[in-house]
Amino acid sequence: MEVQVTVNGTSQSHDVEARTLLVHYIREACGLTGTNIGCDTSSCGACTVHLDGESVKSCTVLAAQVDGQEVTTIEGLADADGTLHPMQQAFHECHALQCGYCTPGMVMASVSLLDEIPNPSETEVRIGLEGNLCRCTGYHNIVKAVLQAAGGGQ
Amino acid sequence: MIPAAFDFVRAGSAEEAISLLGEHGDEAKLIAGGHSLIPLMRFRLAAPSVLVDIGRLDDLKYVRDGGDHLKIGALTRHRDIEIDDDVKSQAGLLAEATANVGDNQVRHRGTIGGAIAHGDPASDIPSALLALRATVVASGPDGEREIPIDDFFTGFLETALGETELLTEIRVPKVPDATWSFQKFNRRAQDWAIVGASVLVNGDQAGVGLVNMDSVPLRAGAVEAAIASGADAATAADAAAEGASPPADLNASVEYRQHLARVLVRRGLEAAGR
Repeated sequence: MEVQVTVNGTSQSHDVEARTLLVHYIREACGLTGTNIGCDTSSCGACTVHLDGESVKSCTVLAAQVDGQEVTTIEGLADADGTLHPMQQAFHECHALQCGYCTPGMVMASVSLLDEIPNPSETEVRIGLEGNLCRCTGYHNIVKAVLQAAGGGQ
Repeated sequence: MIPAAFDFVRAGSAEEAISLLGEHGDEAKLIAGGHSLIPLMRFRLAAPSVLVDIGRLDDLKYVRDGGDHLKIGALTRHRDIEIDDDVKSQAGLLAEATANVGDNQVRHRGTIGGAIAHGDPASDIPSALLALRATVVASGPDGEREIPIDDFFTGFLETALGETELLTEIRVPKVPDATWSFQKFNRRAQDWAIVGASVLVNGDQAGVGLVNMDSVPLRAGAVEAAIASGADAATAADAAAEGASPPADLNASVEYRQHLARVLVRRGLEAAGR
């Protein structure tokens, strides 16, 4: 079936099987491999993208369900000239990653979190990111980065 | 894992969804947010040949004042319920239980109707609806009917919804003066409850719903009766596991779940001021 999705501001249309998951649509049909597949069971959050501006786990959404909607992936966050999004900049400055595998999902979840709670407490950040797992045990600096991005006039 | 192949049909209205169910029979499943169904399909525990997408039925996404109760459209997302001012002030227990479902990403997609139509005894929301004594509205080819929440859950992942019925609304009595507490015991953030308890105290009456204490979401009727007859929290909570047949799994034995139910109900009653 034909599925049209606006991905990072560009309209994409691909003929895919009805059972195609959004994460596969993004990675394989659109060729955007910044969105990672981690647990594959809606637990780890590595595949987090924005659907109409809100964080979702793209391994638990069918591409067919979002026909006509807007998706933003990690590739769509930075400006066209390469200037990082404030959240990416904060992750960079706070060394909020080790292996980097969870990072695209962490950043997308964090941007969505600050849209909903612009000035979160540390506890609110930790609860707000409970759907994203980091197996390098790097949460401390991730939380620091989100708090820095919030304080930086995000 | 990728689900088995299926046909995907989008319903443009509730009536069309009901007629598509009639057309495809038990081959078809409704999909809203998909956060219960898609994981089942990915594990190949469910393999419907037709998915009827009701996710765009925007006229079933609402929280409205129904006089002595709130009317909540079945397609209202967890996120929208958890932050709704009327739900928070009139049925705060439901807002709190909803805020405990999954994580932010899950609550951006999952719907209240999907969560209860799934009929999972480990789900948080049914316990709150039991404690609040909600009513479920189902629409089918012959019109609409009301189902008291106590009659809704009929077995493990089974509900009173007929094959051609669509859950359209949940009616939640307003209890602005009640005190309440939602208790969830799990090992890690975001996990399902090993046991959970929704506790509502309204004057000398209590409503208590249990998570994961049977093959269906379970009302702790013996606790409610004890509170109604004037028992204190500790005495009433002793009856929390009465009549329950909790499952045993790698997280907890039957005896441990019974223990947890008593502890969580006592904590809930105390937090609610009993």
